[in-house]
Amino acid sequence: MIEVEDVYFTYPNGVEALKGVSLTIRNGEFVAIMGQNGAGKTTLVKHFNGLLKPNKGKVLVDAVETTKVSVATLSRNVGFVFQNPDHQLFSETVEQEIAFALRNFGFKENIIKRRVTWALNLLGLAQYRKTSPFMLSGGERKRVALASVLAWNPKILILDEPTIGQDYQQKEKLRQFILQMKAQRKTTLIVTHDVEFVAECNPRVMLMQDGKIVADGEAIRVLTDPEVLTQASIVPPQVSQIFLQLSELETPKNVIDIYEAREILLNILEKKSNERF
Amino acid sequence: MVLIETKNLTYTYPGGTKPSIRDVSIKIDKGEFTLITGPSGCGKTTLCRCFNGLIPHFYQGELKGEISVAGLNVIEHPIYELAKHVGLVFQNPENQLFALSVEKDVAFGLENLGVPREEMRERVDWALNLTGIYDLRERAPHELSGGQQQRVAIASVLAMQPEVIVLDEPTSFLDPLSAKKIFEVIHELNRKLGVTVVLVEHRLDLTARYADHIIIMDEGKIVLDGEPREILHSEEARLIGVGIPKATRLYQMLEKDGMKLGKAIPLSSDELATLLKEALKA
Repeated sequence: MIEVEDVYFTYPNGVEALKGVSLTIRNGEFVAIMGQNGAGKTTLVKHFNGLLKPNKGKVLVDAVETTKVSVATLSRNVGFVFQNPDHQLFSETVEQEIAFALRNFGFKENIIKRRVTWALNLLGLAQYRKTSPFMLSGGERKRVALASVLAWNPKILILDEPTIGQDYQQKEKLRQFILQMKAQRKTTLIVTHDVEFVAECNPRVMLMQDGKIVADGEAIRVLTDPEVLTQASIVPPQVSQIFLQLSELETPKNVIDIYEAREILLNILEKKSNERF
Repeated sequence: MVLIETKNLTYTYPGGTKPSIRDVSIKIDKGEFTLITGPSGCGKTTLCRCFNGLIPHFYQGELKGEISVAGLNVIEHPIYELAKHVGLVFQNPENQLFALSVEKDVAFGLENLGVPREEMRERVDWALNLTGIYDLRERAPHELSGGQQQRVAIASVLAMQPEVIVLDEPTSFLDPLSAKKIFEVIHELNRKLGVTVVLVEHRLDLTARYADHIIIMDEGKIVLDGEPREILHSEEARLIGVGIPKATRLYQMLEKDGMKLGKAIPLSSDELATLLKEALKA
């Protein structure tokens, strides 16, 4: 569980990144943090593994205040995957990269071997086991960074822009994995601009604007509320954009799923053709 | 007029066990807006590196086949000559920025071309304004956020006013509204100034509407090449697993279920909303 109580944070250069943020994230929740560049999203999540400490207010992870423990201790439970994989990769081979944290945490060699193989397979990287991460494409490097964190099985997973450079199939695999985390009562937080991915997953969405949380609720509510979206400069998902333009047809406004969209539109068509008789 | 042409282009990175691109033969016309897409690791970035000569002049490895850009044989002409014609915006802006201030980064290419001081001033300001970073001009690029750095990288290429701009997922760190503004700027440069644009993107929801030409790659090969509406509507595109715009996908699903929406295949939500209003009006 993550508890944030009235947190303020100012960077040394004077930029006030968080201006009174309070929230609670329970075990097993899947949360997407969205908002414009500079809204404070990454600053907020860096508080969850202690990379940043609040100037004012409190952050508690599993009831422990982050100022009272080291980042190394917090990391065992809180896995963090950076936006830019090049900030995190350094090993000579993909295999060594994934094994690195496991060795640091003192896992036994036979377990390390099994975990590495599991992570490589999960993220479709098995063929690159002996390859240098720097030989891989941007999207593949992003998956290596993700694999290296998933391998140690943290209870809370924080992913900063996990879908960058990922194709449709990789995104679908990521979605399935997050659902599995949820089933195991593990928490996943993503920071993302990818509204289409969020629309497909329907997580809890927290919308940030200028260092504050301005909306918090199910994706289907938040991403279809024109007022909130305009305020936070978010472009709605395509399906929602379509329905926001169809008000004259008396369609519901809160639609983000393509299959639901089909049902609604076919029903209208049927009703109209019945009326003609 | 063909501006970029490759014939059976095949390239293997040093130490690579198999080619990253294989038998690539494409033609891109002057003034076209071309979108290149395909699954992660399919060779999109590698192909872009050939367009400005990074392959074969910077990356060693083995290049076979032919490639010409703006009438120059890429294999025979050095990068600095190609740079006068082709600007490349990298996937990771950090690989491209190095100067002490944003302004100096944007001016760097122009200094190298020997552009007169007055004109340089004008072009730098023009590019900074277009990308919405004029206020950041005195800042150090490495202090900026990923999204801001991407704008700097785009500005530094725009300032060069090349005939061809190649952009490799140029807005991946930007929020959707900022990304949309950047794509609109690029689209305008394409329409008004006739700049040839080659854009690598996964997010077709955001970009397909701007393209006149789409190329889909898979495992280093070209698998589909042609008119965007036709290609994104095809069964093949869906099976390769490219992220077909939701509007196009919904159109396909509704047509299959018997709704008559007309022959014009939509690529954006606005286009589909218009078709739906027409089909379902009382």
